[in-house]
Amino acid sequence: MSALRALFARELRLAARAKTEWLMPPLFFVIVVTVFSFGAKPNDPQLASFAPAILWVGALLAALLSLERLYRADQEDGTLEQLIVSETSLSFAVFVKSLSHWLLSGLPLVLLAAPLGGMLGLPSALFGPLVLGLALGTPCLSFIGGFVAALTVGLPRGGALLPVLVLPLIVPIVIFGAGAVRAAQQGLDVSGPLFFLAALLMLTLTVLPWLSAAALRNAFE
Amino acid sequence: MFAVVSADALRIRLQHDVLKSQPPRPQRLPMSWTWFHRLASPPTFFGLAQRLAPWCAGFGGALLLLAWFGGLVLAPADYQQKDAFRIIYVHVPAAALSLSLYMAMAVCGVVALIWRMKLAECVLVAIAPVGASFTALALVTGMLWGKPMWGAYWVWDARLTSELVLLFLYLGVIGLNSAFEDPRTAARACALLAIVGFVNVPIVHYSVVWWNSLHQGSTILKLGKPNISADMAWPLYAGLLGSYLWSAHAVLRRTQNELLLRERNTRWVREIAAATEPGA
Repeated sequence: MSALRALFARELRLAARAKTEWLMPPLFFVIVVTVFSFGAKPNDPQLASFAPAILWVGALLAALLSLERLYRADQEDGTLEQLIVSETSLSFAVFVKSLSHWLLSGLPLVLLAAPLGGMLGLPSALFGPLVLGLALGTPCLSFIGGFVAALTVGLPRGGALLPVLVLPLIVPIVIFGAGAVRAAQQGLDVSGPLFFLAALLMLTLTVLPWLSAAALRNAFE
Repeated sequence: MFAVVSADALRIRLQHDVLKSQPPRPQRLPMSWTWFHRLASPPTFFGLAQRLAPWCAGFGGALLLLAWFGGLVLAPADYQQKDAFRIIYVHVPAAALSLSLYMAMAVCGVVALIWRMKLAECVLVAIAPVGASFTALALVTGMLWGKPMWGAYWVWDARLTSELVLLFLYLGVIGLNSAFEDPRTAARACALLAIVGFVNVPIVHYSVVWWNSLHQGSTILKLGKPNISADMAWPLYAGLLGSYLWSAHAVLRRTQNELLLRERNTRWVREIAAATEPGA
């Protein structure tokens, strides 16, 4: 347990010392969303109806941006091998790494979503389902992305492969996440898609750390 | 995988204990499982595939021709869709195969990871391109039918979108497999990806039930009385069986190639190579 706490603290300390690590994803998110509104005609009321999709895709791209680094740096300096041979359960170590990835690059996006949604003309009544959906969905992105990052960790061109493998796996999350906001836009009950997201989150939290650990072991055999 | 490591360790420990406490007993595998172990050995499987593949190809090809003749010529035109409905004789088998092959691939992935069976890895890698082709065929035929019937090649609804995701998953497995240098590492990475992607299969299958989809519900794979008349149904069943056999043939041949490639330095492959060399 103390090893996991040390790993968690190490992740946060590393991020604190390299500010670009945790400042880039939210900045990227803001820029992507802004570029979308530049692409539409000025004050287009249609933009609000596309806001859920824009915000979700923006969050997804921002999460992808930092995923490749999740294991790459640790692999380069040998930390990853130490983790694999150490007595600490690799699955829990993977869990801690993915969790800290979410804290550093997922949580800021959740917090930014409401102001950006307002910028796109999303009525404030829809902020609830948007933020709740992102709060449930972005951890899934970190864990699924962590799994794919573990699969591609030893590959020279893993960076190009990663988004191609991640995007199909997270389609359900985008559907239900953006679906919750759309349901609220139409005045429907939002609990259905949100419960689906919560179920997907439970599934990813419980299953994927084990599979990620298996992928890491496989890469180092 | 860690489960395997611990199971191995446990077995060694158990054997150790048995050796200490008891006089050695002649080791005997339970009879019912010997075929399984023998099948898993590459030369045995290669020989079996060599014998099976021509039959699969012959029967599958004949059934497919029969199905196309029956479906395109003999079956009556639909009262509403006229001749356009005949695309089901290609579309439905392709869609069924796209799901079945993914299922087979995921099962191979489980076997490859748990028992570290080399053969399962080869079959997994062999299935991916075949499955991707059937998925693409299902999508294309569906689109060609959708334009005159629905008025659009593509609509964003649950069945179509999840089938497209299935295609991406197949392509992901193919891409991941070709990215690694070591074929065993590659196949095991693909196995993990195939297992995670398996969540999509029930979504594709039940999408027409769970969501209000533009795509129609299942017509033939229904318990009890199917919603299709018998003279339209039999070519479809023949087409389904033919496609299964044909893809079995494709997978067997691809697996053989994969085995030959991986085992190229072993004696049994050299023997085959020497025997099939022209002039030998």
